[in-house]
Amino acid sequence: MASVTHNFMKLFRGSSSGTQGEVQQVPQKLTRRSSGLGELARVWASETPLCVLDLGSTSPANIRFFTEKEHKIYSEDLLVASTEQGLLTKDEQGNVVLDSRKFLADNLLYPAAHFDVVLCWNLPDYLDESLVRPVMGRLWSVLKPGGMLLAFFHTKDAGPDSPCYRFHIVEKDILEMQRIVIRREARRGPTGAVHTAIGEGFRLQRVFNNRHIETLFRDFASIKFFLARDNVREVLVVR
Amino acid sequence: MSAPVSADLAQIGKSVVIKGELSGSEDLYVDGQVEGSIALKNNSLTVGPNGQVKASVEAKGIVIQGKLEGNVQASDRVELRKSAVVTGDISTQRISIEEGAYLKGKVDISGAKVEKVSAR
Repeated sequence: MASVTHNFMKLFRGSSSGTQGEVQQVPQKLTRRSSGLGELARVWASETPLCVLDLGSTSPANIRFFTEKEHKIYSEDLLVASTEQGLLTKDEQGNVVLDSRKFLADNLLYPAAHFDVVLCWNLPDYLDESLVRPVMGRLWSVLKPGGMLLAFFHTKDAGPDSPCYRFHIVEKDILEMQRIVIRREARRGPTGAVHTAIGEGFRLQRVFNNRHIETLFRDFASIKFFLARDNVREVLVVR
Repeated sequence: MSAPVSADLAQIGKSVVIKGELSGSEDLYVDGQVEGSIALKNNSLTVGPNGQVKASVEAKGIVIQGKLEGNVQASDRVELRKSAVVTGDISTQRISIEEGAYLKGKVDISGAKVEKVSAR
């Protein structure tokens, strides 16, 4: 298993380190139709240039998609940012948690009411518990009134080993999903720190039910649910 | 990847550290550390795989293989190779981003031409 994983990593990353002459396979990419994205398509079909925030992995496809429509696209991979070792701290009970204040001091630094659209993808499902609410609060503040946020949540039928995907917009309502493979190589992160925590991949942290999702987005004006067949619930909220 | 060899290419090797304002009228290859600003209005800048640039950058064409922290302004084209780690806003006419490149910031294209380069 480790050698297969290593081969996926090498191919995905293009690294030639530790090559052992084994057969390499391309990480499988899946496509899915997204109702939430289809709703947003009406927004970015407008002639007014939009400000879009993509919180997934840096996606050349997404950057191309929005810039071709003359929108401004901001890219910020919060899952990777949440693996910074400097965020580790202890709560009052002595449990190891992530310092949400430090996290928000280093990330999501934008003016208030700046974005028309925020693409969260599956971030809330995989983000550390201590960061979820603070991040959603920050996202509310950086969204313009009337701005929209799209997020994907696993349903209870999804297993704890549900893979974490990157999402690439292919067409107005079609996404290409690329599994985030385990990376064991050291990689320099955004602050220059060398990451090894990424090597373990991202695990599903929790499964939200509808009530939890409504509570998470209680500060938003409206919420819309789209249930898909692949055990994913798409949620579109409006500030 | 070793640094390109060219008589018209200025190079900052990986052991070199520079703090200040860099400007010039020739192409520049940076594989060391630069802090400050880099202005090469009619020429190209390449940040090599060992390069660590903490500066605002302005050039005609910009290729990034290493780390860059600062805003990037290119009158023609920006290329982010798969090992690039960029924190800052990018303003250019064309952009090419390899799979694996990391960007934290804005992409603002005037003339909207974005090319996708797959990982090799």
